[in-house]
Amino acid sequence: MNGVGYRIKKRILYFLLILLGAACFFPFLLMIVNATRSGVEISRSFTLIPSIHLKENWNTVFDYFNPFIGMRNSVIVAVPATLLTAYFSALTAYGLAMYKFRGNKFIFITILVFMMIPGQLGLIGFYNLCTKLHLVNSYIPLIVPAMAAPGTVFFLRQYVLSVLPPSLIEAARIDGAGELYSFHKIVIPIMSPGLATMGIMAFIGNWNNYLLPMIILNKNNKFTLPVMMATLRASTDIQANQGAIYLAVAISVIPILLVFAFFSKYIISSISAGAVKE
Amino acid sequence: MEKKKNRVRNYNNTGYVFVLPFCIVFLIFSVYPVLRTLYLSFTNAKIAGIGKVSIVWLDNYIRVVTDKFFWRALGNTVQIWGLNIILQLGLAFLLMIIFSDVKYKMYGLAVFRVVYYLPNLIAATSVAFLFKTLLDWRYGTVNQMINQLYRFFGQSYNPIDWLGSASYAGSTVSIIQTWMWFGNSFIMLMAGVQGISKDYFEAAAIDGANRWTIFGKITLPLLKPIMLYVAITSLIGGLQMFDLPYLMAEKTSAAYTSVQTSVMYLYKFGFEAGTTQTGFASSIAYVLFLIILSISLVQLKVFNRKED
Repeated sequence: MNGVGYRIKKRILYFLLILLGAACFFPFLLMIVNATRSGVEISRSFTLIPSIHLKENWNTVFDYFNPFIGMRNSVIVAVPATLLTAYFSALTAYGLAMYKFRGNKFIFITILVFMMIPGQLGLIGFYNLCTKLHLVNSYIPLIVPAMAAPGTVFFLRQYVLSVLPPSLIEAARIDGAGELYSFHKIVIPIMSPGLATMGIMAFIGNWNNYLLPMIILNKNNKFTLPVMMATLRASTDIQANQGAIYLAVAISVIPILLVFAFFSKYIISSISAGAVKE
Repeated sequence: MEKKKNRVRNYNNTGYVFVLPFCIVFLIFSVYPVLRTLYLSFTNAKIAGIGKVSIVWLDNYIRVVTDKFFWRALGNTVQIWGLNIILQLGLAFLLMIIFSDVKYKMYGLAVFRVVYYLPNLIAATSVAFLFKTLLDWRYGTVNQMINQLYRFFGQSYNPIDWLGSASYAGSTVSIIQTWMWFGNSFIMLMAGVQGISKDYFEAAAIDGANRWTIFGKITLPLLKPIMLYVAITSLIGGLQMFDLPYLMAEKTSAAYTSVQTSVMYLYKFGFEAGTTQTGFASSIAYVLFLIILSISLVQLKVFNRKED
């Protein structure tokens, strides 16, 4: 039934799929090659053979800014924000899923509504609030609000309902365990796969966030990596500095590629979960 | 009996302890800013918190609705988003068809998924500068490549200014946006396909249904909720487009007015030094919100009607 035509068609399909995959990689390949070439070389011709100007480009980048300071600042923001999102979302999700108190439904509906509201709606009010609280140029407005992540709470609530048998908590109660104690010792370990998934996505979101840090931070030494990268906008001499720009982009991309290399399974499953749970 | 009932109620009230931290932070940093923006949108605030502020009611809204630059920016956003969404969902849909085909049974989904998703991970700032440099019309690598291809065939190539010319800049941004997001849409659609019970496909195969019938009568209808989800999320995300066009278009270039998106317009009046008009910017935010909301509702309606 499946003849020669079938095999050829299948090969063509694979070829096209691989071509598309190559299109996803190719700009990064150009980035890495060009990071080793001088601006003049890049503007003369195109090649995939690396050159010898990595060191010069490195020096040029560091004349502009120190990307490692940006990276450090991004870590200072993204790591606590992610941990807060994970812990407090789990706490809230469990509270909403397992206790039938008054207002439970109201909170849940509010969460659903805020998931549909575009982020820019509250942006001006948020900045206004930060000015009043003297939090401009502080990391607090980038970290503390992570405690309340409606989307994460929503998914973890569904998750906890599907993985946690209520009888387990009742058994712990009979044994005299406190509610928070059971949450920490029983619920969190059971939720950990879902938590890891949401946590990694939260980390990537925080790490890549640009608009909010740009609005809140205005001192160079406080800039997170994306905000620091954006200062390249001011560099006008593209011809001379092309190589350095590619190198700066490469340095900014590497940490997230490493995260992806280790956690791609979780990342893919979280997007899938987002779609299926709807 | 009575005692036991009390204990149950007590347990339920500890729920407040669990949700309290969330509620406090949520009220301060999510609910309050949204309401504060609403209040500011009715005032003539120039730079929020500075100077005397008085209520002007709907003046800002009237100004937004009659502001041709606002509509221009919204039009740009819709244009960039429109081309992007057609390419992005089209590509994701095509890939979904290929990978869910019952005849060809393609292997390697796990690997392809990861590769296609890769561009989505990178910060928009990095993507912006990567492509801005690659696409530079005089020195950029893309024009070098095209030039070498033309020369190979003995032709001469007149370099295209991908980001600087008004006729190309919008489409260029759309395509980069597509490059960033098609993997994401593909994974969501595929998750939907994999969520469909295998029994349906097997039953259809036993009944002798061909693969296009299976696709049209089983896969597609069961995917509807996910397609709705993908459509609404990409609408909300797309109409908020900011990072890429903001970083890629030079303010001085001829293309700037054709790639200025509505959130860039909002940013201009909300935060940019010299042009800050907080009250006006707040009403832009609300008008945009109302537009996004009404389109989402229409989408919901359209999808639900088809189901009947």
